Amino acid sequence: MTAVLRGTGRPAPELVAPRAARSSGPRRRWAGPVLRTLGPLALIGLWQLAVVSGVLTPDVLTGPGTVLRTGRDLWADGQLQEALRVSLTRAAIGLALGASAGLVIGTVAGLTRLGEELIDSSMQMLRAIPFLSLVPLFIVWFGIEEISKIILITVACTFPMYINVYSGVRNTDRKVVEAARTFGLSPFQIVRQVVLPGALPSIFAGLRLASTLSVIALIAAEELNVTSGLGYLMNQAKDYLRTDVLAVCVLLYSLVGLLADLVLRLAERLVMPWRKAVAVR
Amino acid sequence: MSLAVDVTGLRKVYGERAVLDGVDLQVRRGEFTALLGASGTGKTTLLRILAGIEGSDAGSVLVPRTRTVVFQEPRLVPSKRVVDNVVLGQGRGARPTGLAALAEVGLEDHALAWPATLSGGEAQRVALARALVREPDLLLLDEPFAALDALTRLTMQALIGDLVVKHRPAVVLVTHDVEEAIALADRVLVLRGGEFVTDVRVELDRPRDRGTADFAELRRSLLADLGVTV
Repeated sequence: MTAVLRGTGRPAPELVAPRAARSSGPRRRWAGPVLRTLGPLALIGLWQLAVVSGVLTPDVLTGPGTVLRTGRDLWADGQLQEALRVSLTRAAIGLALGASAGLVIGTVAGLTRLGEELIDSSMQMLRAIPFLSLVPLFIVWFGIEEISKIILITVACTFPMYINVYSGVRNTDRKVVEAARTFGLSPFQIVRQVVLPGALPSIFAGLRLASTLSVIALIAAEELNVTSGLGYLMNQAKDYLRTDVLAVCVLLYSLVGLLADLVLRLAERLVMPWRKAVAVR
Repeated sequence: MSLAVDVTGLRKVYGERAVLDGVDLQVRRGEFTALLGASGTGKTTLLRILAGIEGSDAGSVLVPRTRTVVFQEPRLVPSKRVVDNVVLGQGRGARPTGLAALAEVGLEDHALAWPATLSGGEAQRVALARALVREPDLLLLDEPFAALDALTRLTMQALIGDLVVKHRPAVVLVTHDVEEAIALADRVLVLRGGEFVTDVRVELDRPRDRGTADFAELRRSLLADLGVTV
C-alpha cells in the first residue's frame, strides 16, 4: 500500500517509443563493395597525382599508367607467365609440405599427453628461430639449387600450421570424444570423424598464415642464385633500374597473397557447411 | 533370473574419499531401475563405471556387451548430420536403421539437418535415437532430462517410457528428480554415503498418474531417504 501511495506523489511519466541505439537504415546491395573499392582507387589517384606533379620522378617510381603498360608487355611476351609459374610452383610445393608437416605434428602433439610432452617444447623452441636466419645454413646444407628454396618455404610454413592445429586439436570438446568412444569408435575414427572436423577452423587459420609466409619465404629464397621466377625478374629489373618492372612484381606478389586468401576463405565456407547452418539461423 | 547388471563390492576412491564404498547392484534383463541421490553421492560415477568410461578401484562389474549411454548433454558431433550422428561408428550403410530410429523419436524430417540447428529437446531426442538404434541390452541414462525445460522434460519422459516398453532393454536411470524416478522406473534405489540406503519396487499401474495418493506417499518417503523433509 505504501508503495502505491509513494508513487502518487510524482507526476505521471511521459511515455516514449523505445528506439534502438543504432537503427541501420536500408542499404543498397552495391554500397558495400563500392565503398570498399573507393580506398584503393584513391591511393592509385594519389600515386598518379604525385607522378604528374613531379614529386615522384620515374627513377624513383613510375606512374600507375606506365606500370600497367609494362605489365601488359611482360605478359604479351610470356615472361610474366613463365616467372609466375615457376615461383608459384615453388611456393605451392613448400606450402603443401610445410602445412602437411604442421598438420601431422600438431595433431599428434594436441592429441596425447605423451606427444605433447615430447614434441611441444622443441617445436616452441624451433618456432622462435627466424626462418630468414636459416638461409645461409640451408645454402651450406642443401646448396643453391631448387631443393634449398623449397625446404626454406617448407620450414617457414610448418610452424604457424603447427601452432594452430595443436591448439585446435587440444580444444576439441572432450565430452563429444567421450561419447564417441562409448559408441565404439576407434581412436583413428575419433581423430578423423570428430577431432579433425572440430579443429577445422584452427586448421584454416593456420593455412592462411602459412600461405602468407610461403610467399615471404619465396621472396627470400629467390634472392639467391635464381635463373627463373619472379625473383629473377626483379633482380634483373634492379640491375637496369627498371622501377616499372619492380612495381609490377611487387603488385603481383600482393595479388597472389590476396588470391590465396580468397581461395582459402571460399574453401572454408565449402568445407564446413555445418557452421554456415548456424550462421543462417 | 537373468541379469543385465551384476555389481558386487564396487569401490571407487577419489583422493581420500570413497565415493562408492562396497556397492552391490543387480539389475534384471528388461528392468527399469532409477538411481536417486543428492549431488556428489557418486550416482553418475557408478553409471560411468557401468558404461566403461571409468574404471573401479575394487569389486567386480559385469555388464552386457551392447550398452549405450544418453548423457546430460546431447553430445552430438557438430560436423555430422543428424542421421549420421545416430549411426555414429556404424558407417553410412546403417543410415536406413538410423532413419527408423529417428522416426521413433519423431525427428525423421530432420535427418539431414546439422546438430547446431536443433533445439535442446530435439538434440536430446537425437541422442536417444543414437542410443536405441544399437538395440542395447543395457541403456544408461545420465540425467538425460536435467538440461531441458519443464515442458520438454515431460514430453521426453513420456517418450522414453514408451520406447523402453517397446525395446525392452535393461535401464539404469541416474536422476535427482524423485517424481521422474517414480513415474518411469520399476525399481528405485537411493544412494547415500557411498552405498544404497533404499531399494523399493514401484507397484503403481502404468501410465502413472502423478496426482494419486500412492504416488505422493512414495514421493514423500523417498525424499525422506534423500534427507529432504516436506
